[in-house]
Amino acid sequence: MNGPANLDRRQVLSGGGALIVSFSLSEAFAEEGAAAVPKPPGSLATSPYLDSWIRIDADGGITVFTGKAELGQGFKTAFQQIAAEELDVPFASLKVITADTSLTADEGYTSGSQSTQYSGTAIQNAAAQVRELLVAEAARRLDLPAESLRTQDGAVIAQDGRRLGYGELVVGDMLHVQAQPKSKLKSPSTYKVVGQSIPRVDIPAKVTGGAAYVQDMRLPGMVHARIVRPPSYGAQLTECDTSAVEKLPGFVKVVRDGNFLAVVARKEFQAIKAMKALSAAAKWKEKPTLPKQDDLLRVLTSLKSNDTTIFRASDPSAVGQKTVEATYTRPYQAHGSIGPSCAIAQLNDGAMTVWTHTQGVYPDRQGIAEMLKVPLENVRLIHVEGSGCYGHNGADDVAADAAVIARALPGIPVRVQWMREQEHAWEPFGPAMVTRLKASLDGDGRIADWNFDVWTNTHSMRPGGAGSMLAAQHKAEPFAVPAPKPIPLPAGGGDRNAIPIYKFPNAKVVHHFIPAMPVRVSAMRALGAYHNVFSIESFMTELAELAGEDSVEFRLKHLEDKRGREVIEKAAKEFGWQKGQKAPADRGYGFAFARYKSLAAYCAIASEVEVNRETGRARLVRAVAAVDSGQVVNPDGLINQVEGAIIQSTSWTLYEAVTFDDTRITSTDWQTYPILRFDAVPDKVDVHIINRPGLPFLGSGETGQGPAAASVANAVANATGKRLRDLPLTRKKIKDAIDA
Amino acid sequence: MTTLKVNGHDHEIDADPDTPLLYVLRDELKLNAAKFGCGLGQCGACTVIVDGKAVLSCVTPLLLLKGKAVTTLEGLGTIEKPAPIQRAFTEEQAAQCGYCIAGMMMRAQALLQRNPKPTDDQIRGELQINLCRCGTHMRILRAVHRAAHLMDTAELTTNNQGGAQ
Repeated sequence: MNGPANLDRRQVLSGGGALIVSFSLSEAFAEEGAAAVPKPPGSLATSPYLDSWIRIDADGGITVFTGKAELGQGFKTAFQQIAAEELDVPFASLKVITADTSLTADEGYTSGSQSTQYSGTAIQNAAAQVRELLVAEAARRLDLPAESLRTQDGAVIAQDGRRLGYGELVVGDMLHVQAQPKSKLKSPSTYKVVGQSIPRVDIPAKVTGGAAYVQDMRLPGMVHARIVRPPSYGAQLTECDTSAVEKLPGFVKVVRDGNFLAVVARKEFQAIKAMKALSAAAKWKEKPTLPKQDDLLRVLTSLKSNDTTIFRASDPSAVGQKTVEATYTRPYQAHGSIGPSCAIAQLNDGAMTVWTHTQGVYPDRQGIAEMLKVPLENVRLIHVEGSGCYGHNGADDVAADAAVIARALPGIPVRVQWMREQEHAWEPFGPAMVTRLKASLDGDGRIADWNFDVWTNTHSMRPGGAGSMLAAQHKAEPFAVPAPKPIPLPAGGGDRNAIPIYKFPNAKVVHHFIPAMPVRVSAMRALGAYHNVFSIESFMTELAELAGEDSVEFRLKHLEDKRGREVIEKAAKEFGWQKGQKAPADRGYGFAFARYKSLAAYCAIASEVEVNRETGRARLVRAVAAVDSGQVVNPDGLINQVEGAIIQSTSWTLYEAVTFDDTRITSTDWQTYPILRFDAVPDKVDVHIINRPGLPFLGSGETGQGPAAASVANAVANATGKRLRDLPLTRKKIKDAIDA
Repeated sequence: MTTLKVNGHDHEIDADPDTPLLYVLRDELKLNAAKFGCGLGQCGACTVIVDGKAVLSCVTPLLLLKGKAVTTLEGLGTIEKPAPIQRAFTEEQAAQCGYCIAGMMMRAQALLQRNPKPTDDQIRGELQINLCRCGTHMRILRAVHRAAHLMDTAELTTNNQGGAQ
């Protein structure tokens, strides 16, 4: 990037000579946060070098790098499609490397349905710019105008048939140049790979017993560790006689640092036996710190909160006549990964390597380095897939656990696997929430006035600093839990999707941010959007009923957003939604809609629910969704995500609540924290995509969570004639409402 | 030492008799498919087939397996030569994170071996024990139906390809 040759290439990219100036300006302005000079799109804005994203070897082998972590969303396949498309190479000829602090760009966390939006966009643009560089280089070598050349199957081809492979064309650090703000992207009408339902690259190994997860890694000489966690938040280890444990077969070591307690053994089941023995030997002093689980409404609204009015609209000409109020609550809920968290760490010559299913290798590295008090460059984190996480589960904690133990056993790879009960009790839960809504209808049945208040904790306590990790909190010299911060709008955290997408003449939205966190919480799929959309979309149906209107028409009446309207219309049509239609006996229809984060994918869901009046049991019978996530990369992948969101959200909505007494979390397995099983699976789930060729990719992984919850709740209300506003809508609550 | 037959081969296992089969498979035999999910027999991620029946390997100690034949997902087929159930799950793209999938496939395989043409209700009933958190259930059901069809077709040409014994 230092020689004049690179200047030529930069000029090639922009087609003009004024480019260098715009680079330096761009960086200077970026410092001041000015938007005068455009930045390259997606994550190229923060990691601008093309070879951070795409490398081409002399033999033509191409590697694509993403700082995002494959969590089972299937984006690895989608990114491979995007790169293959813009580079004009066969899909199978590429490989994709995911988050690794030694290899990939720092893209922060893989969260918020932002992978394709940010990383996919970066890869798309980097690939297009790399292709242009290759064409320019070929033009120079062949002494032909670039416009006369085309690319195909990894080569630049001249009209006379001469052909230069990408591998031959790449010399030196030719791709080590900064990206331009604009790329010559292919026209979507010419796409051959993007837009195709290419089978996922990770599935063959997963269905044949290949090594697919960090849990499956076996390093030479690897030992197995188990943690003995405190029985409750804040418990103090007062006594621990390790003599009996030390006599067990395969015993390697007990690692203790304050309230951090772990045991290492040669074989995995030996480690489990040792953990049980150590657990029996450990004496803890506990204190009751937990709030009343069955009174979260009072608990949350009485804790001190920082209140911010995040939205206000005013039009005195619109006057409400009928006013209604409603309060909705959500309990703490668990990510509930099927595979408890796991990590492997190894300390070699002062360098710590951690293999982890964290969503953020870079922030996690920072936390681990801080905890170990070593320089950042001494710690490397490599993402390896784990069980689906749906947000901040135990992944980061177990990575820290592994690092602490591995430091006590230099040279030896240490595998730490959390037990089921540990994952359930210690993962940071999705925060409890309270929303209070009040609205008035004018004489024409339109909403004249809308008030929305949401009370909740932060929705992200993800690491960065060590204090977010249990191992660091439990040390004899503990790291303090960092002060919680709200996630800024427009994406928001607890206030995500709190601002309505509908147009109301008068509106006020207040975010009551509660700093105190009596229960350990952090990010769970969709953050506050799950409950905020559940509340807004339940209330919209309540208001439609009050206005005597069909709930689909009522929504359309208040919505200007064209893409949103089309999504609603599509879901209603495909469901066969008809105004005034009554469901069969003991069944109900529900509808809900949202645009995730008010800036990502649009999703509308119509549902049919059956309710057993004897038992109160509700089952989603069928769901029909419509989704608009901009240009679709892999339709089947998108459908898979939305189908999954609908079923997972239905499980949260009908069954799930973390339970606790005044001291301990008591929902510690699948018996005490039941989730949806096959007997409750719908008969049918249909997902219809509205593709938007050429429009930006919009995050979709979480877009279904809120609409699914409200759609199911609205259908339960439609089936029973009773409105339930406290999640989850359990069998008992429904039965009690029917009997009331 | 205990002799254990896994995927058609005898293995001498040096583990305590109370060691659950799951750890024998993963730790001693270095097999990946059976997964640790709960260790409590509540989720099905560890499901394997023992003498034709679906078994939760996390709560089945080695001492109960004398003279029995264990089949894991690895024993059904490979990437190059997938068994019908593996083909079916791939063709239906019936996975998200996929952590539960090996267990789902083994329970479905056991069902299809004793009932080649199960109804949708029978498949749901059988899979009731197994949990999926990603919400891939619709695809899993489709994949099991497809596997039944593939096995039916396969039987006409070859004998018992991808059979579990």
